Amino acid sequence: MSEFAQQLVNGLTVGGIYALIALGYTMVYGILKLINFAHGDLCVLGAFIGLTVITSMGGATGSPAAWVVGLAFVVAIVAISCAGALLEFAAYRPLRNAHRLSAVVSALGASMMIENGIMLIWSPQTLVFPQGILPSKSWHIAGVVITFTQLLIIVVSFVLMAALYLYVNRTRFGTAIRAAAIDQDAARLMGINVNRVIVSVFILGPALGAIGGLFIGLYYRQAVFNMGWTYGLNAFIAAIIGGIGNIPGAMLGGLLLGLFNALAAGYISSTWQQAITFGLLIAILLIRPSGILGERVAEKV
Amino acid sequence: MSALLQISDLHVSYGQIEALKGVSLEVAKGEVVAILGSNGAGKTTLMRALSGLLKAGAGSIIYRGEELVGQRADLIVRKGIAQSPEGRRVFGTLTVEENLGLGAYTRPPSEVSGSRAEVYKMFPRLEERRLQMAGTLSGGEQQMLAIGRALMAKPTLLLLDEPSLGLAPLIVKGIFTALREIANTGVTVLLVEQNARMALKLADRGYVLEVGRMVHEDSAANLLASPEVQEAYLGKTDAH
Repeated sequence: MSEFAQQLVNGLTVGGIYALIALGYTMVYGILKLINFAHGDLCVLGAFIGLTVITSMGGATGSPAAWVVGLAFVVAIVAISCAGALLEFAAYRPLRNAHRLSAVVSALGASMMIENGIMLIWSPQTLVFPQGILPSKSWHIAGVVITFTQLLIIVVSFVLMAALYLYVNRTRFGTAIRAAAIDQDAARLMGINVNRVIVSVFILGPALGAIGGLFIGLYYRQAVFNMGWTYGLNAFIAAIIGGIGNIPGAMLGGLLLGLFNALAAGYISSTWQQAITFGLLIAILLIRPSGILGERVAEKV
Repeated sequence: MSALLQISDLHVSYGQIEALKGVSLEVAKGEVVAILGSNGAGKTTLMRALSGLLKAGAGSIIYRGEELVGQRADLIVRKGIAQSPEGRRVFGTLTVEENLGLGAYTRPPSEVSGSRAEVYKMFPRLEERRLQMAGTLSGGEQQMLAIGRALMAKPTLLLLDEPSLGLAPLIVKGIFTALREIANTGVTVLLVEQNARMALKLADRGYVLEVGRMVHEDSAANLLASPEVQEAYLGKTDAH
């Protein structure tokens, strides 16, 4: 029983990270019907920037002050949001009316550029997040161990998901985002500046992704330039499982995939993890091709 | 009489195909003007160009003395031109209330609930279904929602693209009664319709658009009586 509960804690941690990253994929897809393949790499870039802030401010040897870690998050969020907006402007906007395949190729190109950029600036080697960035405290509750890092990741990702959900569903601009995702021309007829909506999505998604990327670094205590592909793929699968284009779906898909991965690693084998992930994807696509929450009400007359 | 809207020699093309080949028309403030024409005449193209969704190749659209050609669609709404588009285009996965709220996107949030109450007064069915997703409404209800949503912008000029499309005659009658009410409040209406009879009964004046060109312009009464219009758009043998 405690083994199971332990896997739940592990699963929620990883699931929270997947969900944060998956939101970026799903929001962009929702509006542009485009898979932003560079999203995973943006998240990883966030991890590298955060790590640089921490190590350059005394975190390389001892425990850095809490504000240094906070600053690392802020710098990563700001930098990656800007990078997201820049990506939209440079890689996708010029192709807005082009064939969809062109935008996909552009996305792949952007992904490679960011990956190789990270490799050039930092290193092709795996960078280690030094010990002691976050308190090594952990709690034992009924045989289940939960570390400070896990608790932080779970709490922050849930708070962010709730905040995003409320923002998109309860505010004027959030409703405009949903409207533009349904019908861009109709949204324009409401007086919505659709370009602004698109840019905002390329800021929000990467901002959440930067947090997710930095969480990956802090949780696994390492970062390598090409890990955006692995984590991006998992988060992308999470978005599809939940129903791509659907914001609560990405949250649900991320958490489910995280839990499923952890349980599979705990009870079956961690070497089969990727195979199991794809197995889950295939199973969900067979049963519900549009994903768990991906069903849409008919919009045609 | 100075025109609220003056379109001169408007050309709009889709690639090689020219859909509007020099269209001119005028709408005075407070008027109801109908544009008649069959499928493919360019009616929707004209409406989309007016709202800034399509770029005009040549010609001008002067609204209150200002050129609209080349302006962004969302800014045109802010100038007081709202459109209920062809096929209604309601936001299917949003509720009726959210759809109406979006109609008032350009206005201060404090004014939304007052305007919404007015729309509900005109279309009580929408209030009954206010928390329902718009995609689950019937065609007639969706049309009411599309019109109500356009009214939420508090427009000076209301553009209506085929409000009768695909609706049962009784529902069409209800919609046109509401349009009469709207026109009586002083809103200027530019209406595009295939249902010429209903449109001309509502309108003060009318134009006939044929393959990208205006071929007739007259008062609504004269158009209703004109043999050519009767034959082409009203059906000669019609008992009415």
